[in-house]
Amino acid sequence: MLLARVVGTVVCARKDAGLTGTKLLVIQPIKTDRTPHGKALVAVDSVGAGAAEEVIYVRGREASFPFLPAEVPADAAIVGIVDRIHIGS
Amino acid sequence: MQLARVVGTVVSTRKDERLHGAKLLVVRTVDPHGKDDTAYMVAVDTVDAGANDRVLIVTGSSARMASGLKDCPVDAAIVGVVDIVDVKE
Repeated sequence: MLLARVVGTVVCARKDAGLTGTKLLVIQPIKTDRTPHGKALVAVDSVGAGAAEEVIYVRGREASFPFLPAEVPADAAIVGIVDRIHIGS
Repeated sequence: MQLARVVGTVVSTRKDERLHGAKLLVVRTVDPHGKDDTAYMVAVDTVDAGANDRVLIVTGSSARMASGLKDCPVDAAIVGVVDIVDVKE
């Protein structure tokens, strides 16, 4: 899993039936010092994340697992909201 | 998932039989502000997207979870036509 910040939302009226009812968020991957890292992507939210929150997201086939048994065609999903990050010195 | 823009179509006569009937589109990935990236890919359309539409792309094994693509040899699928991208930063 990786860290990201929620930076926006996506609205799709016409979409795959498996995505119906899901919340699509634009997330910007961040480094542990909270600076942006790499390109923004779209992730399905499974935990009720909101604007500007730092989140944990998962990529790949596993992104659909939070929604089982529903088959959600997602390759990125937010699976946690970050309370704090501690990096040992 | 990634945001992309439909820039063309691909016609292929001789192909895997599980791709018969699939609509293949050339898409160019875009950032959340709509600016084109240099990358492109060929994706199977499951939502009847059209030329120049901004779309949502799912890649990797998750693409097979889009409707009608079970067990198909695809690694990129268009799963939504994007109406709005609202980015705060």
